[in-house]
Amino acid sequence: MKTDEVPQDPTTTYGGVRKLLYAVDDKGEYTGVRSQGWDVENYVTQAAVEELTRLAEEALKRARAGQTSALEYHMFAQRMDLATLSATTGIWAWRVKRHFKPSVFAKLNDKMLARYAFAMGVTVDQLRHLPQQDA
Amino acid sequence: MFDATAPFQHRQSAHCESGVVSNLLTHRGLPMSEAMAFGISASLTFAYMPMIKMAGMPVIAYRMFPGSIIRGVEKRLGMKWVRKQFSDPMEGAKALDAHVEAGRPVGLQTCIFWLPYFPEEMRFHFNSHNIVVYGREGQDYLISDPVFEDVTRCEGTALNRARFAKGDMQAKGLLYYPEHLPSEIDYESVIKKAIRWNYKTMNGPVPIAGIRGIRFLGRNIVKVSKQPDAEKYLPLYLGHIVRMQEEIGTGGAGFRFLYASFLQESGKLLNNPAMIDASKAFTDAGDEWRRFALNATKMCRGRAKMDVHALEAQLNHVADREQAMWAQLRAL
Repeated sequence: MKTDEVPQDPTTTYGGVRKLLYAVDDKGEYTGVRSQGWDVENYVTQAAVEELTRLAEEALKRARAGQTSALEYHMFAQRMDLATLSATTGIWAWRVKRHFKPSVFAKLNDKMLARYAFAMGVTVDQLRHLPQQDA
Repeated sequence: MFDATAPFQHRQSAHCESGVVSNLLTHRGLPMSEAMAFGISASLTFAYMPMIKMAGMPVIAYRMFPGSIIRGVEKRLGMKWVRKQFSDPMEGAKALDAHVEAGRPVGLQTCIFWLPYFPEEMRFHFNSHNIVVYGREGQDYLISDPVFEDVTRCEGTALNRARFAKGDMQAKGLLYYPEHLPSEIDYESVIKKAIRWNYKTMNGPVPIAGIRGIRFLGRNIVKVSKQPDAEKYLPLYLGHIVRMQEEIGTGGAGFRFLYASFLQESGKLLNNPAMIDASKAFTDAGDEWRRFALNATKMCRGRAKMDVHALEAQLNHVADREQAMWAQLRAL
C-alpha cells in the first residue's frame, strides 16, 4: 500500500479516532500514516453491530411475549452471546439457557442475578426488567 | 542511558501489543520501533481455527496468540519482563498504584468492552487489549493506548473492571514491565533467528496453519457456499472473515505491512538487500489481502455477484505470494 492509497473514508465506527497504518512512500520507505477509516472495515463492523442489535430486538419481542426471560435480551444488548456470557459468569451454558425460561428466571435469587448483572455491567434491578416500551 | 525521571513518550501504533512493547522498551532506554518488536518476536502467522469460536464463528488469526510479542521479545533479546497476575482485583489495583507512585509506566492487559474511552462501535468483548498506565491524577489513571493518536484517561473503577473481566483469554489483571535489559544486542543474529523461526510457522505441515491455512480458508469458503443455509450464512461468514482480517487486532493485511516494514528496517540495518526485496514482496501480499477484503465485502453487500471460486483463487494468489517471499528468505 502506498501512502496516498491509505483509505481516508469518513467513518462512524472510529468515533473520530484515526488509526495508524503502515504504507510505502514515493521513495519506497515504510512510514506510518493515520487513516480516518476504510469503507470496507466500516461496513463489516457495522454489520456485526447490527447483527447483535437485531438479536437483541428479537429477544426483546420474545421477552415481551413471555417466550424468553429478560436475561436473553440483556445478554445481546450488552454485546454478548451465550458462550461469552457463560465464560464471563462462570455459569455453564446449559444453566444460562435454562435461565432464559421466564418461569425459571423469575425464581432466581439475588446472588445469581448479581453474578449476571456484574458480568454485564448493569444493576440487578435493570436485569430483572425490560426497557420501557416507547409509547 | 535509562533516565527514570524522563516522561513516558506515547507513540501511536498499528497494533496494541507490539506498540506497548516497543514503547515500554524505548522508555527503558532501548529504542525500538513497533515493526522491530513485532518482527523479532516472530509473531506473524496465519491460522484458521474452527475449534475456537468468536461470536459463534471460527477464529482466524493473522499473528500468534496474545502475549506472544511480549514473550517473543523476551526470548530473543535475552531481556526480562516482570509479569504479575492477581486472583484478587483489589490486590491488582494496589499493585498498579504502587507502580504509579514509583513513577514506573507499566503495561496492562484489558478488555476493550469496559474501557470507557473507546468509541461505542468498537466496544466488543475482547480480553486481550494492551495499554500502558504512566501516571495518575485524582481518580483518573493516565493511559497511553497505542492504537489511539493521543494519550487518554480512565477512571479507576472502570480500569479495574477492564483488567479483571472474565472469560476467554482473561487477563487476571496482568501487569508487566521490562526489568533486565541486555547491554548489547547482536541484531544480526537476533533478526536472522526470528526470521528463521517465522519461516517455520508459516511453512509448517499443519493444514490449517501458515500458507496451507490460507489455501484451506479458500477451500472452506467454497464449502460453506454449498451449505443449505448458505444464502443467509455465507455473507455473515465472509463479513466475519473480513472483520477478523481488518478490524480485530490491526487486521491481517496490517500485520503483513508491519512485517514488511520490519524486513525493510532490518535490511537497512544489516545492509542486506535480500531482506529489502522480501519486504517489497510482502507489501504485495498485504495489498492482495486488502483486495480480497474489498471483493468479499462487495459480494456481501450485493454490489458484485457472489463468486466463491474467485475468492478462493484470490486467496490462493495470496498464498503463492507469501510462499515465494518465504522461499526468498530461506537462504538467509
